[in-house]
Amino acid sequence: MRVVVARSIDAALAALASATEASRILAGGTDLCVEFESGRTRPDLVVEVGRVAELRFVRETQAGLEIGAGSTCADLLRSAPVARGADLLALAAREVGAVQIQNRATLGGNLVTASPAADLVPALFALGARVRLASLAGRRELLVEEFVTGYRATARRPDELVESVVIPPRPAGEHRAFHKVGTRRAQSISKVVVALALGPRGAGARIAAGSVAERTLRLATLEAALARGLARERLAQAVAHAVALDTRPRDDVRSTARYRRAVLERVLVRVLGPWLEPEGNAA
Amino acid sequence: MKPIFDESDPVELRLCVNGAVRTLCVPPLRRLLDVLREDLRLTGTKEGCGEGECGACTVLIDGQAVLACLTAACSAEGSEVVTIEGPGFERARREFLEHGAAQCGICTPGMIVMTRAWAEACRRDGIEPTEDGARAALAGNLCRCTGYGAIVAAAVSTAREGFP
Repeated sequence: MRVVVARSIDAALAALASATEASRILAGGTDLCVEFESGRTRPDLVVEVGRVAELRFVRETQAGLEIGAGSTCADLLRSAPVARGADLLALAAREVGAVQIQNRATLGGNLVTASPAADLVPALFALGARVRLASLAGRRELLVEEFVTGYRATARRPDELVESVVIPPRPAGEHRAFHKVGTRRAQSISKVVVALALGPRGAGARIAAGSVAERTLRLATLEAALARGLARERLAQAVAHAVALDTRPRDDVRSTARYRRAVLERVLVRVLGPWLEPEGNAA
Repeated sequence: MKPIFDESDPVELRLCVNGAVRTLCVPPLRRLLDVLREDLRLTGTKEGCGEGECGACTVLIDGQAVLACLTAACSAEGSEVVTIEGPGFERARREFLEHGAAQCGICTPGMIVMTRAWAEACRRDGIEPTEDGARAALAGNLCRCTGYGAIVAAAVSTAREGFP
Protein backbone atom coordinates (compact mmCIF):
# COMPACT_ATOMS: atom_id res chain seq x y z
CA MET A 1 0.00 0.00 0.00
CA ARG A 2 1.25 3.43 -0.99
CA VAL A 3 0.32 6.53 1.00
CA VAL A 4 0.63 10.01 -0.52
CA VAL A 5 0.11 13.03 1.70
CA ALA A 6 -1.13 15.87 -0.55
CA ARG A 7 -1.04 19.48 0.54
CA SER A 8 -2.50 20.96 -2.67
CA ILE A 9 -5.17 20.02 -5.20
CA ASP A 10 -2.50 19.63 -7.89
CA ALA A 11 -0.51 17.21 -5.74
CA ALA A 12 -3.68 15.20 -4.98
CA LEU A 13 -4.62 14.99 -8.68
CA ALA A 14 -1.10 13.93 -9.62
CA ALA A 15 -1.23 11.13 -7.04
CA LEU A 16 -4.74 10.09 -8.12
CA ALA A 17 -3.63 9.73 -11.75
CA SER A 18 -2.41 6.21 -10.90
CA ALA A 19 -5.42 5.37 -8.70
CA THR A 20 -7.53 2.22 -9.18
CA GLU A 21 -10.98 1.14 -7.97
CA ALA A 22 -9.23 -0.11 -4.82
CA SER A 23 -7.63 3.27 -4.01
CA ARG A 24 -9.04 5.57 -1.34
CA ILE A 25 -8.99 9.30 -0.65
CA LEU A 26 -8.55 10.06 3.06
CA ALA A 27 -10.04 13.35 4.26
CA GLY A 28 -11.46 13.53 7.80
CA GLY A 29 -11.04 9.78 8.28
CA THR A 30 -14.27 9.32 10.21
CA ASP A 31 -15.55 6.65 7.78
CA LEU A 32 -12.34 5.39 6.24
CA CYS A 33 -10.43 4.78 9.50
CA VAL A 34 -13.32 2.58 10.70
CA GLU A 35 -13.06 0.61 7.45
CA PHE A 36 -9.30 0.26 7.96
CA GLU A 37 -9.88 -0.94 11.52
CA SER A 38 -12.36 -3.62 10.43
CA GLY A 39 -10.12 -4.75 7.56
CA ARG A 40 -13.04 -4.25 5.15
CA THR A 41 -10.93 -1.93 3.00
CA ARG A 42 -7.43 -2.85 1.86
CA PRO A 43 -6.46 -0.10 -0.57
CA ASP A 44 -3.48 -0.14 -2.97
CA LEU A 45 -3.15 3.64 -2.67
CA VAL A 46 -4.31 6.17 -0.07
CA VAL A 47 -4.19 9.87 -0.94
CA GLU A 48 -4.48 11.97 2.20
CA VAL A 49 -6.14 15.35 1.48
CA GLY A 50 -7.19 16.36 5.01
CA ARG A 51 -4.85 19.35 5.09
CA VAL A 52 -5.47 20.73 1.58
CA ALA A 53 -6.45 24.31 2.47
CA GLU A 54 -7.75 24.93 -1.08
CA LEU A 55 -10.54 22.42 -0.46
CA ARG A 56 -11.84 24.22 2.63
CA PHE A 57 -13.85 27.32 1.73
CA VAL A 58 -17.34 28.75 1.34
CA ARG A 59 -17.87 31.44 -1.30
CA GLU A 60 -20.86 33.14 -2.87
CA THR A 61 -20.65 33.02 -6.68
CA GLN A 62 -22.89 33.83 -9.66
CA ALA A 63 -23.88 30.14 -9.88
CA GLY A 64 -24.77 30.06 -6.18
CA LEU A 65 -23.00 29.07 -3.00
CA GLU A 66 -19.82 27.08 -3.63
CA ILE A 67 -18.58 24.95 -0.72
CA GLY A 68 -15.18 23.25 -0.75
CA ALA A 69 -15.29 19.47 -0.37
CA GLY A 70 -12.82 19.66 2.53
CA SER A 71 -15.19 21.78 4.64
CA THR A 72 -15.98 20.00 7.88
CA CYS A 73 -19.41 19.70 9.47
CA ALA A 74 -18.18 22.21 12.07
CA ASP A 75 -17.28 24.62 9.23
CA LEU A 76 -20.81 24.24 7.83
CA LEU A 77 -22.32 24.92 11.27
CA ARG A 78 -20.29 28.12 11.72
CA SER A 79 -20.72 29.60 8.22
CA ALA A 80 -23.11 32.55 7.84
CA PRO A 81 -23.41 32.09 4.02
CA VAL A 82 -24.32 28.41 4.59
CA ALA A 83 -26.96 29.44 7.15
CA ARG A 84 -28.45 31.84 4.56
CA GLY A 85 -28.20 29.86 1.33
CA ALA A 86 -27.89 26.22 2.36
CA ASP A 87 -29.62 26.01 5.73
CA LEU A 88 -30.48 22.33 5.14
CA LEU A 89 -26.79 21.53 5.06
CA ALA A 90 -26.21 23.20 8.43
CA LEU A 91 -29.21 21.36 9.92
CA ALA A 92 -27.83 18.08 8.58
CA ALA A 93 -24.27 18.79 9.77
CA ARG A 94 -25.57 19.17 13.33
CA GLU A 95 -26.89 15.60 13.15
CA VAL A 96 -23.59 14.05 12.06
CA GLY A 97 -22.01 12.17 14.98
CA ALA A 98 -20.95 14.31 17.93
CA VAL A 99 -18.64 17.34 18.19
CA GLN A 100 -15.44 15.29 17.73
CA ILE A 101 -16.80 13.80 14.49
CA GLN A 102 -18.17 17.15 13.29
CA ASN A 103 -14.68 18.64 13.69
CA ARG A 104 -13.25 16.12 11.20
CA ALA A 105 -15.99 14.74 8.94
CA THR A 106 -16.08 16.52 5.58
CA LEU A 107 -18.74 17.35 3.01
CA GLY A 108 -16.73 15.63 0.28
CA GLY A 109 -16.24 12.57 2.44
CA ASN A 110 -19.96 12.17 3.12
CA LEU A 111 -20.61 12.39 -0.64
CA VAL A 112 -17.86 10.03 -1.78
CA THR A 113 -18.60 7.40 0.89
CA ALA A 114 -22.20 7.60 -0.38
CA SER A 115 -23.67 5.62 2.49
CA PRO A 116 -27.46 5.25 2.14
CA ALA A 117 -27.63 6.59 5.72
CA ALA A 118 -25.58 9.73 4.96
CA ASP A 119 -26.96 12.87 6.61
CA LEU A 120 -25.50 15.56 4.34
CA VAL A 121 -26.38 13.82 1.07
CA PRO A 122 -30.21 14.15 1.34
CA ALA A 123 -29.72 17.85 2.14
CA LEU A 124 -27.65 18.20 -1.06
CA PHE A 125 -30.41 16.41 -3.03
CA ALA A 126 -33.07 18.76 -1.65
CA LEU A 127 -30.92 21.80 -2.39
CA GLY A 128 -30.42 20.73 -6.03
CA ALA A 129 -26.63 20.72 -5.51
CA ARG A 130 -24.10 20.09 -8.26
CA VAL A 131 -20.84 18.26 -7.60
CA ARG A 132 -17.59 19.58 -9.09
CA LEU A 133 -14.97 16.96 -9.90
CA ALA A 134 -11.37 17.48 -10.97
CA SER A 135 -8.70 15.21 -12.46
CA LEU A 136 -5.58 15.72 -14.55
CA ALA A 137 -7.86 15.14 -17.56
CA GLY A 138 -9.98 18.17 -16.69
CA ARG A 139 -13.00 19.25 -14.68
CA ARG A 140 -16.67 18.29 -14.87
CA GLU A 141 -19.85 18.93 -12.96
CA LEU A 142 -22.66 16.50 -12.12
CA LEU A 143 -26.03 16.90 -10.47
CA VAL A 144 -25.76 15.27 -7.02
CA GLU A 145 -28.38 12.65 -8.01
CA GLU A 146 -26.22 11.63 -10.97
CA PHE A 147 -23.19 11.54 -8.71
CA VAL A 148 -24.64 9.06 -6.19
CA THR A 149 -25.25 5.93 -8.26
CA GLY A 150 -25.85 3.11 -5.78
CA TYR A 151 -24.95 1.50 -2.46
CA ARG A 152 -21.71 3.28 -1.49
CA ALA A 153 -21.18 3.89 -5.20
CA THR A 154 -20.67 7.14 -7.10
CA ALA A 155 -19.93 8.34 -10.62
CA ARG A 156 -16.46 9.48 -9.49
CA ARG A 157 -13.68 7.89 -11.50
CA PRO A 158 -10.69 6.64 -9.47
CA ASP A 159 -8.52 9.50 -10.78
CA GLU A 160 -11.05 12.18 -9.80
CA LEU A 161 -11.25 14.35 -6.68
CA VAL A 162 -14.46 16.02 -5.53
CA GLU A 163 -13.42 19.67 -5.27
CA SER A 164 -16.63 21.40 -4.25
CA VAL A 165 -20.40 21.47 -4.42
CA VAL A 166 -22.48 24.33 -5.77
CA ILE A 167 -25.86 25.16 -4.24
CA PRO A 168 -28.10 27.17 -6.61
CA PRO A 169 -29.53 30.42 -5.20
CA ARG A 170 -32.57 29.92 -2.97
CA PRO A 171 -35.83 30.53 -4.90
CA ALA A 172 -38.21 33.06 -3.32
CA GLY A 173 -40.78 31.57 -0.96
CA GLU A 174 -39.24 28.09 -0.85
CA HIS A 175 -40.02 26.04 2.26
CA ARG A 176 -37.26 23.74 3.48
CA ALA A 177 -37.07 21.10 6.22
CA PHE A 178 -34.68 18.47 7.53
CA HIS A 179 -35.64 15.62 9.84
CA LYS A 180 -33.59 12.70 11.09
CA VAL A 181 -34.82 9.74 13.11
CA GLY A 182 -32.13 7.75 14.92
CA THR A 183 -31.85 5.48 17.94
CA ARG A 184 -30.96 8.34 20.25
CA ARG A 185 -30.60 12.09 20.07
CA ALA A 186 -26.88 12.30 19.40
CA GLN A 187 -24.23 10.22 17.67
CA SER A 188 -26.60 7.84 15.95
CA ILE A 189 -26.79 6.62 12.37
CA SER A 190 -30.16 7.37 10.81
CA LYS A 191 -33.03 4.93 10.55
CA VAL A 192 -34.80 7.45 8.34
CA VAL A 193 -33.57 10.85 7.20
CA VAL A 194 -35.57 13.37 5.18
CA ALA A 195 -34.58 16.66 3.55
CA LEU A 196 -37.00 18.60 1.42
CA ALA A 197 -37.62 21.84 -0.42
CA LEU A 198 -41.02 22.96 -1.65
CA GLY A 199 -41.89 26.05 -3.72
CA PRO A 200 -45.15 28.01 -3.48
CA ARG A 201 -48.20 25.85 -4.44
CA GLY A 202 -46.07 22.71 -4.61
CA ALA A 203 -43.91 23.92 -7.46
CA GLY A 204 -40.32 22.66 -7.79
CA ALA A 205 -40.57 20.14 -4.93
CA ARG A 206 -37.42 18.19 -4.12
CA ILE A 207 -38.14 15.51 -1.53
CA ALA A 208 -35.08 13.44 -0.57
CA ALA A 209 -34.85 10.51 1.82
CA GLY A 210 -32.01 8.41 3.19
CA SER A 211 -31.86 4.94 4.80
CA VAL A 212 -34.95 3.84 2.83
CA ALA A 213 -33.15 2.29 -0.16
CA GLU A 214 -29.67 1.21 -1.18
CA ARG A 215 -28.90 4.88 -1.88
CA THR A 216 -30.26 8.31 -1.08
CA LEU A 217 -33.20 8.99 -3.38
CA ARG A 218 -35.90 11.47 -4.31
CA LEU A 219 -39.60 10.65 -3.99
CA ALA A 220 -40.56 11.46 -7.59
CA THR A 221 -44.13 10.25 -7.21
CA LEU A 222 -44.76 12.59 -4.29
CA GLU A 223 -43.00 15.49 -6.02
CA ALA A 224 -45.29 15.04 -9.05
CA ALA A 225 -48.40 14.96 -6.83
CA LEU A 226 -47.29 18.15 -5.08
CA ALA A 227 -46.63 19.88 -8.42
CA ARG A 228 -50.23 19.08 -9.43
CA GLY A 229 -51.45 21.07 -6.42
CA LEU A 230 -52.05 18.41 -3.76
CA ALA A 231 -54.71 19.35 -1.20
CA ARG A 232 -53.89 18.88 2.48
CA GLU A 233 -56.68 16.30 2.91
CA ARG A 234 -55.12 14.06 0.25
CA LEU A 235 -51.57 14.29 1.57
CA ALA A 236 -51.52 11.15 3.74
CA GLN A 237 -52.82 9.01 0.89
CA ALA A 238 -50.37 10.51 -1.62
CA VAL A 239 -47.49 10.03 0.81
CA ALA A 240 -48.40 6.37 1.43
CA HIS A 241 -48.63 5.77 -2.32
CA ALA A 242 -45.28 7.49 -2.99
CA VAL A 243 -43.46 5.70 -0.16
CA ALA A 244 -44.72 2.32 -1.42
CA LEU A 245 -43.68 3.14 -4.98
CA ASP A 246 -40.45 5.09 -4.60
CA THR A 247 -38.62 3.55 -1.61
CA ARG A 248 -36.99 0.15 -1.16
CA PRO A 249 -36.27 -0.14 2.59
CA ARG A 250 -34.73 -3.29 4.06
CA ASP A 251 -34.49 -4.93 7.44
CA ASP A 252 -30.99 -4.44 8.82
CA VAL A 253 -29.08 -3.96 12.08
CA ARG A 254 -30.56 -0.52 12.67
CA SER A 255 -34.23 -0.98 11.86
CA THR A 256 -36.88 -2.80 9.85
CA ALA A 257 -38.36 -2.01 6.46
CA ARG A 258 -41.83 -1.74 8.01
CA TYR A 259 -40.71 0.75 10.66
CA ARG A 260 -38.85 2.83 8.08
CA ARG A 261 -41.90 3.07 5.76
CA ALA A 262 -44.21 4.01 8.63
CA VAL A 263 -41.85 6.64 10.08
CA LEU A 264 -41.04 8.13 6.67
CA GLU A 265 -44.77 8.51 5.97
CA ARG A 266 -45.40 10.20 9.32
CA VAL A 267 -42.45 12.57 8.99
CA LEU A 268 -43.53 13.63 5.49
CA VAL A 269 -47.16 14.20 6.50
CA ARG A 270 -46.14 16.18 9.59
CA VAL A 271 -43.63 18.37 7.72
CA LEU A 272 -45.60 18.97 4.51
CA GLY A 273 -49.11 19.28 6.00
CA PRO A 274 -48.88 22.87 7.25
CA TRP A 275 -47.54 24.04 3.88
CA LEU A 276 -50.44 22.69 1.80
CA GLU A 277 -53.75 24.40 1.11
CA PRO A 278 -56.98 22.73 2.27
CA GLU A 279 -59.35 21.32 -0.36
CA GLY A 280 -61.13 24.05 -2.31
CA ASN A 281 -58.17 26.45 -2.00
CA ALA A 282 -55.75 24.16 -3.82
CA ALA A 283 -54.68 25.14 -7.33
CA MET B 1 -1.24 -9.90 9.79
CA LYS B 2 -0.20 -6.37 10.62
CA PRO B 3 -3.09 -3.94 10.96
CA ILE B 4 -3.54 -1.99 7.76
CA PHE B 5 -2.66 1.22 9.60
CA ASP B 6 0.91 -0.01 10.00
CA GLU B 7 1.33 -1.63 6.58
CA SER B 8 3.06 1.15 4.66
CA ASP B 9 6.68 2.30 4.94
CA PRO B 10 7.44 4.59 7.90
CA VAL B 11 7.85 8.31 7.26
CA GLU B 12 9.20 11.09 9.42
CA LEU B 13 6.48 12.79 11.41
CA ARG B 14 6.78 15.97 13.45
CA LEU B 15 4.22 16.70 16.11
CA CYS B 16 4.05 19.18 18.92
CA VAL B 17 2.71 17.12 21.83
CA ASN B 18 1.80 18.90 25.05
CA GLY B 19 4.14 21.75 24.15
CA ALA B 20 7.18 19.66 23.16
CA VAL B 21 8.22 19.02 19.55
CA ARG B 22 8.50 15.29 18.88
CA THR B 23 9.98 13.74 15.75
CA LEU B 24 9.07 10.13 15.03
CA CYS B 25 9.39 7.62 12.23
CA VAL B 26 6.02 5.88 11.83
CA PRO B 27 3.81 4.40 9.09
CA PRO B 28 1.72 7.35 7.80
CA LEU B 29 -1.62 5.73 8.55
CA ARG B 30 -0.66 4.58 12.06
CA ARG B 31 -3.43 5.72 14.36
CA LEU B 32 -2.58 8.83 16.35
CA LEU B 33 -3.92 6.85 19.31
CA ASP B 34 -1.13 4.26 18.91
CA VAL B 35 1.48 6.95 18.32
CA LEU B 36 0.48 8.57 21.61
CA ARG B 37 0.04 5.45 23.71
CA GLU B 38 2.72 3.14 22.32
CA ASP B 39 5.36 5.32 20.68
CA LEU B 40 5.24 8.24 23.14
CA ARG B 41 4.04 6.21 26.18
CA LEU B 42 1.30 8.77 26.85
CA THR B 43 -1.20 6.23 28.12
CA GLY B 44 -3.64 8.73 29.62
CA THR B 45 -5.55 8.73 26.33
CA LYS B 46 -7.71 5.58 26.40
CA GLU B 47 -8.98 3.27 23.70
CA GLY B 48 -12.64 2.40 24.19
CA CYS B 49 -14.30 1.23 20.99
CA GLY B 50 -11.65 2.08 18.40
CA GLU B 51 -14.29 3.11 15.90
CA GLY B 52 -15.36 6.62 16.77
CA GLU B 53 -18.39 5.83 18.92
CA CYS B 54 -17.24 6.33 22.50
CA GLY B 55 -15.01 9.41 22.78
CA ALA B 56 -12.53 7.83 25.24
CA CYS B 57 -9.62 8.77 22.94
CA THR B 58 -10.60 12.45 22.60
CA VAL B 59 -7.56 14.74 22.26
CA LEU B 60 -7.14 18.32 21.08
CA ILE B 61 -5.56 18.91 17.67
CA ASP B 62 -4.89 22.60 17.03
CA GLY B 63 -7.40 23.34 19.79
CA GLN B 64 -10.21 21.19 18.39
CA ALA B 65 -11.55 18.06 20.07
CA VAL B 66 -11.06 15.06 17.79
CA LEU B 67 -10.81 11.29 18.14
CA ALA B 68 -7.28 9.87 18.16
CA CYS B 69 -8.57 6.45 16.99
CA LEU B 70 -9.88 7.98 13.74
CA THR B 71 -6.89 10.22 13.08
CA ALA B 72 -4.07 8.94 10.88
CA ALA B 73 -0.61 10.03 12.02
CA CYS B 74 -0.02 11.81 8.69
CA SER B 75 -3.20 13.85 9.17
CA ALA B 76 -1.77 15.28 12.39
CA GLU B 77 1.68 16.06 10.94
CA GLY B 78 2.84 19.52 12.03
CA SER B 79 -0.13 19.94 14.38
CA GLU B 80 -0.30 20.84 18.01
CA VAL B 81 -1.65 17.86 19.94
CA VAL B 82 -2.77 18.19 23.54
CA THR B 83 -3.55 15.06 25.57
CA ILE B 84 -4.87 14.63 29.10
CA GLU B 85 -1.22 14.72 30.30
CA GLY B 86 -0.85 18.24 28.89
CA PRO B 87 -1.25 21.61 30.59
CA GLY B 88 -4.57 23.42 30.91
CA PHE B 89 -6.73 20.70 32.46
CA GLU B 90 -6.25 21.75 36.09
CA ARG B 91 -9.68 23.29 36.56
CA ALA B 92 -11.56 20.43 34.84
CA ARG B 93 -9.57 17.79 36.77
CA ARG B 94 -10.35 19.50 40.07
CA GLU B 95 -14.09 19.71 39.28
CA PHE B 96 -14.24 16.05 38.22
CA LEU B 97 -12.49 15.10 41.46
CA GLU B 98 -14.73 17.24 43.64
CA HIS B 99 -17.91 15.96 41.94
CA GLY B 100 -16.79 12.34 42.16
CA ALA B 101 -17.26 12.20 38.39
CA ALA B 102 -15.18 9.07 37.81
CA GLN B 103 -16.07 5.44 38.35
CA CYS B 104 -14.01 2.90 36.38
CA GLY B 105 -12.10 5.81 34.83
CA ILE B 106 -11.79 4.70 31.21
CA CYS B 107 -14.03 7.48 29.89
CA THR B 108 -12.65 10.12 32.26
CA PRO B 109 -9.67 11.46 30.23
CA GLY B 110 -11.89 11.88 27.15
CA MET B 111 -14.61 13.51 29.28
CA ILE B 112 -12.10 15.98 30.74
CA VAL B 113 -10.57 16.85 27.35
CA MET B 114 -14.05 17.36 25.86
CA THR B 115 -15.11 19.44 28.87
CA ARG B 116 -12.16 21.75 28.35
CA ALA B 117 -12.90 22.12 24.61
CA TRP B 118 -16.52 22.96 25.46
CA ALA B 119 -15.55 25.40 28.22
CA GLU B 120 -13.20 27.19 25.81
CA ALA B 121 -15.90 27.32 23.12
CA CYS B 122 -18.38 28.79 25.63
CA ARG B 123 -15.87 31.48 26.61
CA ARG B 124 -14.89 32.22 22.99
CA ASP B 125 -18.46 32.47 21.71
CA GLY B 126 -19.93 34.00 24.87
CA ILE B 127 -22.37 31.11 25.33
CA GLU B 128 -23.66 30.60 28.87
CA PRO B 129 -22.76 27.08 30.06
CA THR B 130 -25.90 25.11 30.91
CA GLU B 131 -26.68 21.49 31.72
CA ASP B 132 -28.25 21.03 28.28
CA GLY B 133 -25.17 22.55 26.68
CA ALA B 134 -22.91 20.17 28.60
CA ARG B 135 -25.02 17.17 27.62
CA ALA B 136 -24.86 18.19 23.93
CA ALA B 137 -21.10 18.82 24.11
CA LEU B 138 -20.47 15.46 25.81
CA ALA B 139 -22.91 13.51 23.59
CA GLY B 140 -20.00 11.74 21.91
CA ASN B 141 -18.42 10.61 25.19
CA LEU B 142 -19.93 7.42 26.56
CA CYS B 143 -19.67 6.30 30.20
CA ARG B 144 -20.53 2.61 30.54
CA CYS B 145 -20.76 3.00 34.34
CA THR B 146 -23.48 5.58 33.51
CA GLY B 147 -22.26 8.18 35.98
CA TYR B 148 -23.51 11.00 33.80
CA GLY B 149 -25.09 13.15 36.53
CA ALA B 150 -21.79 13.89 38.26
CA ILE B 151 -19.92 14.21 34.95
CA VAL B 152 -22.36 16.80 33.59
CA ALA B 153 -22.29 18.73 36.88
CA ALA B 154 -18.46 18.76 36.84
CA ALA B 155 -18.46 19.94 33.21
CA VAL B 156 -20.90 22.78 33.93
CA SER B 157 -18.85 23.83 36.97
CA THR B 158 -15.68 23.86 34.87
CA ALA B 159 -17.22 25.92 32.08
CA ARG B 160 -18.82 28.40 34.49
CA GLU B 161 -15.43 29.78 35.46
CA GLY B 162 -15.37 33.39 34.35
CA PHE B 163 -19.16 33.54 33.94
CA PRO B 164 -21.13 35.56 36.54
